[in-house]
Amino acid sequence: MAASEQANDPIHQFIVTPLMSEHIGAASFTNASLFMVVVSLAVTYLMVLGTSSKAVVPGRLQAAAEMAYEFVASTVRGTMGQEGMRFFPFVFSLFMFVIFSNMIGLIPYTFTVTSQIVVTFAFAALVIGAVIIYGVMRHGSHFLHLFVPSGVPALLLPFIVLIEIISFVSRPVSLSVRLFANMLAGHITLKVFGAFVAMMLGGGALAVVLSPLPLIAIVLLTAFELLVAVLQAYVFAILTCVYLNDAIHPGH
Amino acid sequence: MATEHSAGTQAHGGAAHSDVFPPFDTNHFSSQLVWLALTFGALYLLMSRIALPRVAAILEDRQATISGDLDHSVAMQKQAQDAVVACEDLLANARARAQALAEATHLKLAEEAVETRKSLEHSLKESLEAADVRIAAAKARAMHNVEEIAAEAAAAIVQQLTGQAPDAASIASAIAAGHTA
Repeated sequence: MAASEQANDPIHQFIVTPLMSEHIGAASFTNASLFMVVVSLAVTYLMVLGTSSKAVVPGRLQAAAEMAYEFVASTVRGTMGQEGMRFFPFVFSLFMFVIFSNMIGLIPYTFTVTSQIVVTFAFAALVIGAVIIYGVMRHGSHFLHLFVPSGVPALLLPFIVLIEIISFVSRPVSLSVRLFANMLAGHITLKVFGAFVAMMLGGGALAVVLSPLPLIAIVLLTAFELLVAVLQAYVFAILTCVYLNDAIHPGH
Repeated sequence: MATEHSAGTQAHGGAAHSDVFPPFDTNHFSSQLVWLALTFGALYLLMSRIALPRVAAILEDRQATISGDLDHSVAMQKQAQDAVVACEDLLANARARAQALAEATHLKLAEEAVETRKSLEHSLKESLEAADVRIAAAKARAMHNVEEIAAEAAAAIVQQLTGQAPDAASIASAIAAGHTA
């Protein structure tokens, strides 16, 4: 009973379970921890081992590593300018971690690190924390001009400032929830359609005949989820760039 | 859904899981944050210290190689063009020299030909004159012989007719008179 219900339960894939002990403590090594390690190792494999030959004419792995580098570098330069390249390692690590989490999570029986709100919120808090700390360090009180757009009539100013503050505060929420919700919803959808196949195969003759339909849907959805996985990683990275740009150039 | 879900989680993990939606289960938040900090921190260090400088170096190296090769090729091309120009100069020089030489040779040859012709004509004229002299002498000699024969014939005729030998002087004067007539 338990096994089949587990198989049909679309939420089961998000459960964090300790792998070494019975109870979860702060230091427990869980399936989530395992996949964080896997993701980090995969990125490290691509970026460190893939570039170890330092070939002028790159191999496949090195070409992929260079492509990732140039893609993120051009995104960072495009949104923040040359000055923003100081945040490049941070944005790059973030992008690679998120995209590898999303992609590895699409493999059946794996765990999607970014489907946990605590992970995505930790990233968002890290980004906003970096924005505030760097903005204050760099510009001091001038950083508060971020909330006071220039050229606004004095009558509207309190209102505008309020809106700006709300928009700033909602950034970490929207940044984290967007990624989390996309991953969660996509994986639930895939699992629900998978459960359809299993249930229809166990049903009547008509259901058995029709059971390939949800299977086809899974194939199409998987392609769509690949797009979402890459797109959400990109959105996360580019929004990080946009927010960090505020720290570099407040009041624009 | 809720009962199914709780059955699933309880069957799997037991007391560790509560009934809440797993991503909002706060029990594992601290563990996730600790491991996220560890793994992402390590990843950030690896990327910023090793991977990204290395890729940047590779890209720079490639850029330098490409621009170096391009510069080299431009230099080589310039060298080749210079060589072409030098070669053409050399060729033009050689052609001019050859032309001058040919002209000089032609003039010299023409002069020599004129000289040869002149000397040849001169020698021809001389031998012509000598031949003329020789012909005249031969002619005179032949004429002299004819006169002698005529005198002998005249003396013989006169002796036959008259029975006596005429003197040589009268025969000679008669032949000379016949010449003038």
